[in-house]
Amino acid sequence: MNGSGIKIKATKDLHYICNFNCSIQVICWRAVASIAWAVLLLPPITLVFVIISKFSFLHPIQTISECLYLLTSASGIFSFILLCGVILIVGFLHLEYYTVIPTIACSKIALLGQLLHPRHFINSLVHCFMGVIVAWCCAVTMGLRYETLGYPCTESDGHPQMCLNEYHLILLLAGAFVGFSHSLLGVIYNMNYVSFHTVQQYKYLRFKRCLPLVVKCSATQALYSVRNYIVMYLFLGKCPFFMNKISVHPLDSIAGLLDLSLLYHLWSSATFLLLTWNITLLLFRIFVTEVYSFPVQSSFTEDSHQCLPKVLTEKQPMILKFLALQDLALLSQHSPSRRCEVFSLSQPGGHPHNWNAISKECLSLLTDLTQRLVAYHDTVATNGRAKSLSSGSERKTSSETSVTSGTEDLMSPRPVFLMKTPASVFARSVAGTPQSPLTSLFTPDLDSPFASPALRRLTAPVDQCSPWYGTVQSPHIMRRAPKLWSTSTDSQVNGSPTPSPASVPSPKPEPSKPSFLAQFLQNRKEQVLKPCHKLPEASSQALFADSQAHIWALEGLSYLVQASFSEDQFGVVQTTLPSILSCMLVLQEAVDRHFKLPHASSKPVRSTSSMGDSTYKTLRFALRATLKTAIYRITTTFGDHLNAVQISAEHRKRLQQFLEYKE
Amino acid sequence: MCSLALFPPPLPSGQTTLCESNNELLSGASTEDRLKQESSPLSLHFPRESLKLHSRTESSSKAAFLDHSETLWMRSAAAWRDGGFTGLLNEITNSHTEVPKWLSMSSGCILALLRWVSSFHGSLFPHLTLSSEDMIAEFSQVLNWSDCVVRAFAWHPHTDKFAVALLDDSIKIYNPKSATTPTLKHRLQRSVAAVQWKPLCASALAVACQNCLLVWHVDPCSLSTRPSSGCAQVLSHPGHSPVTSIAWSPSGSLLLSASPMDSTMMVWDVAAESCVPLQRVGGGGVSFLSWSPDGSHVLASTPSALFRVWETRMWTCERWPCVKGRCQSGCWSPDGSRLLFTVQGEMVIYALTFTDAPGVPTSTSQGPQAAAVVADLSETTFSTPDGDIVVGGEIQSLVWDPRGERLAVLLKGDPQAADRPAIIAVFKTRANPIFELLPCGFVQGEAGAEPRLMQFHPNFQHGALLTVCWSNGRITHVPFYFVSAGVPHFGLSGSPLLPHPQQRPADFVNQSLFTEFLS
Repeated sequence: MNGSGIKIKATKDLHYICNFNCSIQVICWRAVASIAWAVLLLPPITLVFVIISKFSFLHPIQTISECLYLLTSASGIFSFILLCGVILIVGFLHLEYYTVIPTIACSKIALLGQLLHPRHFINSLVHCFMGVIVAWCCAVTMGLRYETLGYPCTESDGHPQMCLNEYHLILLLAGAFVGFSHSLLGVIYNMNYVSFHTVQQYKYLRFKRCLPLVVKCSATQALYSVRNYIVMYLFLGKCPFFMNKISVHPLDSIAGLLDLSLLYHLWSSATFLLLTWNITLLLFRIFVTEVYSFPVQSSFTEDSHQCLPKVLTEKQPMILKFLALQDLALLSQHSPSRRCEVFSLSQPGGHPHNWNAISKECLSLLTDLTQRLVAYHDTVATNGRAKSLSSGSERKTSSETSVTSGTEDLMSPRPVFLMKTPASVFARSVAGTPQSPLTSLFTPDLDSPFASPALRRLTAPVDQCSPWYGTVQSPHIMRRAPKLWSTSTDSQVNGSPTPSPASVPSPKPEPSKPSFLAQFLQNRKEQVLKPCHKLPEASSQALFADSQAHIWALEGLSYLVQASFSEDQFGVVQTTLPSILSCMLVLQEAVDRHFKLPHASSKPVRSTSSMGDSTYKTLRFALRATLKTAIYRITTTFGDHLNAVQISAEHRKRLQQFLEYKE
Repeated sequence: MCSLALFPPPLPSGQTTLCESNNELLSGASTEDRLKQESSPLSLHFPRESLKLHSRTESSSKAAFLDHSETLWMRSAAAWRDGGFTGLLNEITNSHTEVPKWLSMSSGCILALLRWVSSFHGSLFPHLTLSSEDMIAEFSQVLNWSDCVVRAFAWHPHTDKFAVALLDDSIKIYNPKSATTPTLKHRLQRSVAAVQWKPLCASALAVACQNCLLVWHVDPCSLSTRPSSGCAQVLSHPGHSPVTSIAWSPSGSLLLSASPMDSTMMVWDVAAESCVPLQRVGGGGVSFLSWSPDGSHVLASTPSALFRVWETRMWTCERWPCVKGRCQSGCWSPDGSRLLFTVQGEMVIYALTFTDAPGVPTSTSQGPQAAAVVADLSETTFSTPDGDIVVGGEIQSLVWDPRGERLAVLLKGDPQAADRPAIIAVFKTRANPIFELLPCGFVQGEAGAEPRLMQFHPNFQHGALLTVCWSNGRITHVPFYFVSAGVPHFGLSGSPLLPHPQQRPADFVNQSLFTEFLS
């Protein structure tokens, strides 16, 4: 086929991109395979589109002959090659922009920031341009009045000249509009978010199941886009630029636009455009989230970096970590032979390196989530509404142990479990700038939408002139900081916009100078950002944005502990059992407390007819259920033997509740 | 092969089965038995008169209100919302005075066409023409479901509490350790076909209702006797009703639901309230689900002569066409390696053996080639002091105790003939050296009460405990005391038995029993 040449070239390019790292290559090859399938699916889709656009009830035979003529004509083949090129570009954009951790905008302004961010803006422009190309192909395919931009006409004085074919123009602009709105909606609905499924299925079956949904989504989305486009065109058509009288069929009137055949053609080409793109996206999601089986241990040292314990601990790229965690959850559940490798001892030496690495990583993930929840709760609980986290020092995890690694580490609210996916939206552009503390709350992503040019002007200077910037070294002050701010904020500043009743009689603490200044700045910042009301429950979603990883860690750990009851010959799991239990119980407590907050337990509205994946909205519920099940799995397996495990009295009490099935 | 002729004869009327001890079923007179039953906290009695039944269904309450004239648009919108496309067409056709003639004519034609097509579809799958109540009655595991006071019953998989769904659409939860018995009621909780507790969880109870699936979260520490309907999650999918069968995965992560109207089987992620439909062509619906205790396979029977065995790793399935009728019931051995099932219209129990190791994704090559007959339940005449009794015939349901030592079979009998009662036959099972069923005896209740529903207690310490719901609204428990030959370890998802506070007299425990006394 025509696409194969392009395909081979593309794979060669990728080879360089992938940098010869075996694990990353897996992702790249999957992306390439998905793009190849999308290209292979293009001919049938195009054929269907051609038939639909050319079909007439009165002359069925003529339709077929026209279709055949078109498919063999030079322009038809050329436009098909163009379409293949568009699919390739769309596929590579997906590979470039995809993320496994959604960027959740917690306010309208943040969302606007996301939309206007250069990286997304470029994406939108590219989509816009590709929309024009697809629309041109559609115009060529449909022929008749749409085919060319200009056509010869005679003016009133008899001079032959070229006139603008507005039907062609309206189609091209529609392509641009649909492409642009598609990419905007992609940002709003997190279409670049790739979610993993709880139910494993073969790729073909999954594709077959999703295809009708995709067709339906594309058709409805095309309908809305065309409606919006028509309205816009109607108003912009009044502009003098379009009133050049070069067109003989004025389409800027309602009557001119209410041409059923035109509307039908607009809708069908918009559907075609969206369908090809959405299918590319669907294939990409299906391929990239397929289960990948990492070896638990390798007999060759040079292969050790591909083994499960090694991949789990790596931060980059995020998708590999997710795939490794998924594999861990599955192997712990289904594969006795691979579990056996996890419980095995190293030779020589006799250390349980595999188990230690796996359990340590899982526990650090869970501890990180606990600390995140506690920090959030502390800031919210003090006065009933979300305050900004003052520092990232609360978020230390065991994996990154340097306590005082300098100002940079202290000042930036870097979630230590770094969410920098290769596609993390703003990673390349603003990674170096010091972040406003506010952002840490508003998004889990380090590179938040607040770094948009408009807002950076507001927040960055504040940060720079903060008295703490570059001076405070001790983590103790930083750790105390949120308390200082939150107790004194409302009592000291009269201009506080919403005084909460709880904080009115608050006793005045020692107003140390830095805290006063910081608080002043904090309030100014609040006033500046007052228009951006927080969307309800968004901050809760943001806290749990990457919880799929925690869910797998919980499942993996609990299944392994359960299996260890009968399969662990050397007792390697027993040594970590107390820490696993206490880690889970602490997390359970934090999660319980979090769900008592307003909005945390409200269910999001289910949106079904959109290509955007809204799995991330319910991750916190899934985490809560998985956590409980995980603890129960351990307690039912071990039963009263757990009384011999050394844990604190408080945890033992809690565990007893589980043993009696009272949680 | 075992047959009913090898069974000890049924008890004379007035005697009820009390327990199995020392390898034989002990019986007692019913008056003495009643005293004993009343004293036990878990034995319950729901007299039919005590239940407040719905006098009318919800849709018919319309008649109680004044006729309210709405515009055609409003009515059409309401019809679209309530009845979908056909509802809309119906509305347009009925209001022919207000709409143009061509519109009502054409909608009438489309409606007729749709009906013709659906009747054609219905002739392929006759069950589709049933009303939803009749359909639940047809496919439920409960004998004579529509007339049953106790419509569903479920033991909690880990503790001594259970849920009972009653004829008045309420669910009561009994726990011997707590004084409160929460009663669950919900607007959507109608015609409960099945209830099941979530494994590895103390609180979640899934309920299969007429139009949806409810998952209740009943806090075990709460003192409230009427949990609000806010405690229930509603899971529904268009076209997926009535739900007649549900099954939790033994690991507690997924919930399966099936409806005979819908050829897709839903896999629910309950926490996220999302579902993955699993569709296969053929069968016309899914009527019964049973998840193997090790979590590796799921039996899904369809209303036609076909059932499927799904493998749960990648969700692929094997087709098993039956010769005669649909698969009526089925149960799994504790290790998930053996499936026993019965077919409607046949009087035998079949066995399928799955030898593959759990976790190997492709099971088709290693699966069994044909089902083997393990027991013959054709009609057998026993002569008792009260006259001849014919026992045997078609099978309503099968349950296997969690240790895999006792198999209870509910025989339908013939409600018209007095000498052909519905009865529970209990088999002993043994797996070594070859799998076979050995007769144990019949479980009978009070005179005039026929068994409707039965379930084994999931972790009874001293053998097996069969809970039976009778047609007179009584729930009794029949213990089978035996020492299990080898305490099975339930694969991945099973749990070692927890020590329970001793509730039963311990004198049965130490007696040695022989489960293989007859061949």
